[in-house]
Amino acid sequence: MSFGWSVFVIVLTLITVLGSLWLLFATAHVEKSKTGDETTGHVWDGDLREYNKPLPRWWLWLFIATIVFSAGYVAVFPGFGSLPGTFGWTSDGELREELRVHEERARAIFAEFATQPIEALVNNPRAQQMGRNLYATHCTGCHGADARGNRGFPNLTDTDWQWGGDAASVVKTINEGRIAAMPGWRDALGGDAGVTAMVEYVKSLSNRSHNPRLAAEAKPKYDMLCVACHGSKGEGNIALGSPHLNDPVWLYGGETEAIFQSIAVGRNGNMPAHGWLGEDRIRVIASWVMAQAVSTEPVVPTAAAAGGN
Amino acid sequence: MAHATEKVAYNDRVVMQFAVATLIWGIVGMAVGLLIAAQLAWPVLNFDIPWLTYSRLRPLHTNAVIFAFGGCALFATSYYCVQRTSHAKLFGGKLAEWTFWGWQLVILLAAITLPLGITQGKEYAELAWPIDILIAVVWVSYGVVFFGTIAKRKVEHIYVANWFFAAFIITVAVLHIVNSLALPTSLWHSYPVYSGAVDAMVQWWYGHNAVGFFLTAGFLGIMYYFVPKQAGLPIYSYRLSIVHFWSLIAIYMWAGPHHLQYTSLPDWAQSLGMVFSLILLAPSWGGMINGIMTLSGAWHKLRDDPILKFLIVSLSFYGMSTFEGPMMSIKSVNALSHYTDWTIGHVHSGALGWVAMISIGALYMLYPRLLGLKGMYSTRAIEWHFWIMTIGVVLYAVSMWVSGIAQGLMWRATNEDGTLTYTFIEALKFTYPYYYIRFFGGFLVVCGMLLMAWNTWKTFAMAKGATRQTTILTEQVA
Repeated sequence: MSFGWSVFVIVLTLITVLGSLWLLFATAHVEKSKTGDETTGHVWDGDLREYNKPLPRWWLWLFIATIVFSAGYVAVFPGFGSLPGTFGWTSDGELREELRVHEERARAIFAEFATQPIEALVNNPRAQQMGRNLYATHCTGCHGADARGNRGFPNLTDTDWQWGGDAASVVKTINEGRIAAMPGWRDALGGDAGVTAMVEYVKSLSNRSHNPRLAAEAKPKYDMLCVACHGSKGEGNIALGSPHLNDPVWLYGGETEAIFQSIAVGRNGNMPAHGWLGEDRIRVIASWVMAQAVSTEPVVPTAAAAGGN
Repeated sequence: MAHATEKVAYNDRVVMQFAVATLIWGIVGMAVGLLIAAQLAWPVLNFDIPWLTYSRLRPLHTNAVIFAFGGCALFATSYYCVQRTSHAKLFGGKLAEWTFWGWQLVILLAAITLPLGITQGKEYAELAWPIDILIAVVWVSYGVVFFGTIAKRKVEHIYVANWFFAAFIITVAVLHIVNSLALPTSLWHSYPVYSGAVDAMVQWWYGHNAVGFFLTAGFLGIMYYFVPKQAGLPIYSYRLSIVHFWSLIAIYMWAGPHHLQYTSLPDWAQSLGMVFSLILLAPSWGGMINGIMTLSGAWHKLRDDPILKFLIVSLSFYGMSTFEGPMMSIKSVNALSHYTDWTIGHVHSGALGWVAMISIGALYMLYPRLLGLKGMYSTRAIEWHFWIMTIGVVLYAVSMWVSGIAQGLMWRATNEDGTLTYTFIEALKFTYPYYYIRFFGGFLVVCGMLLMAWNTWKTFAMAKGATRQTTILTEQVA
């Protein structure tokens, strides 16, 4: 705030407060009522009149007390023009101090985990408790409080890893984030009819019930266009984050319409980078996430699982 | 002031139009509120129809209750009061009627555009720029009618209720025009001329003063006419009127930044907003004292006059929310209360307890007077309305306090490693039962309004047979 604006704000502040105080004292003087009935003598609409009783004492002092408190407040905190206040307090400074204290305490806590390999932290109850806390704070928005994800957000409790389930891969995913880009193929497949046929072929990869005629029709195009990322049998590619198509896991939904949408217009999966959490925390989160991946259901495609993700 | 005795009929037609519109919009606005309260308890109730989603109906609810219900109540009572306390007919002839139809057009356009998702995204200033221009035109006309009437008054002193109506009319015009300045890009879209923290500050300078001048000063105007009228007693203290009027309007102007505590607004503005909110406590309470103490020595009148109950209990709610407001503006309290249901509870104890109750009390006085009757069709129904509504408002406010404070505590609870103790969904689960209680409180309020509608219908039917008494002003020779 420039000097001129600071003076402007100070003057306006003083006019408002001192004006209110002046009003209080100017009206404190009790005039003797001239009317005999203690009213001011003004009458409106037949019977509207007004007394002129003194200001209630407690109210007067309440008014003055709030002004005195406020004067003291802006003397020590910023608030009087651009004057910083005698405490030198700023909200930014308070935040930095709180973060520093937290960080110091946390560093001591996380120090004991820093020396252990992530695989060992998976079996460390204290690390797991910390991991759950960190997960609850930073990850639930997308992956859910129960870590089972949601449509478009991977389920972390199964053993299906889009980007790899070893400690190094999980750390990399959290630290740098991941972008999975599936382009739209409607035009390349010759319009909606071509997409519809491809949906049937994709279903056949996980042995779901499908239309064999349409699937056969689409197979040559799959082998030409899709195979590079998803593999000839739908086995996917961890290096590219391209999902397996031969299992019952459907990140964006397994019903016909959802698969159609995925193929026709594509999908964009975006896991944001969380490197700002720092290595100590990321290692603990990674260990907790790895510990969740316990669902041992065999990755055998079945028709019944078609609706799952 | 020594004029010859003359007879002038007041313009009560426009008062009646606004008084009836107040009741209709009150029911509509509160029913929409009830629907969105139900959606929070049972989300399926938006039926997956875009026009019925919470995000579109919430601004419809706030605009309907503040500007349609509250606005019509202020038009009706200010037109009624200014004529009788100026001893003059409304100025401007047909202009008063234009303010009625113009305001109804604004409400109609709001009711269409908001569910369609057309919004400026500024709270309580959502309406698109063409509607904003219409509001400005209607509002300036309102000012001309009101101040024109004041100018031709036949009594020397301007009655205190008119000070408050005057401050409300002038300030709302300034607030609305400054906050709505925008560059249109199409018929229904525009960009605000401000950006970033300045835009936020202008918005909450507007938003808080909409509370201070629309929902406080305007309704204090109602209080200053209708409370002494119904009690048949003089106002408690003229000097208190002077002190609290000037300090209220001067200090309210500064309190807006308390809506932006712990944001990117500069620290000095946040502190200043907080201390002025604290200083605002006494000026606010000045109005409550002047209203309630008017009844001192005649408390027995409360026992059998339900209209007086409405008026006096509204002042109690006013006192309570104007204590709560400064408290919530204190930065350390705000750190807990902001963004929680506590704010919703605070707003509704003010909006239902103060604004709606004083309006309802005034309407129960207006209808029979305008119809030339001694009273409403059923006094017992007014009594019932009072109790149903009071219980509803208390249930609403208390459930939101509990839910809000719990939310605030759960959101900020942290573990020793600095992580959050509760996930968002855990806090949501805790608050869920209170959403049912809030819905029930709102349900009671709407039931009370329907009872009022029935009573009003019966009163109008009663007036049909009776000979209409025309309100004639007889000029007193001074």
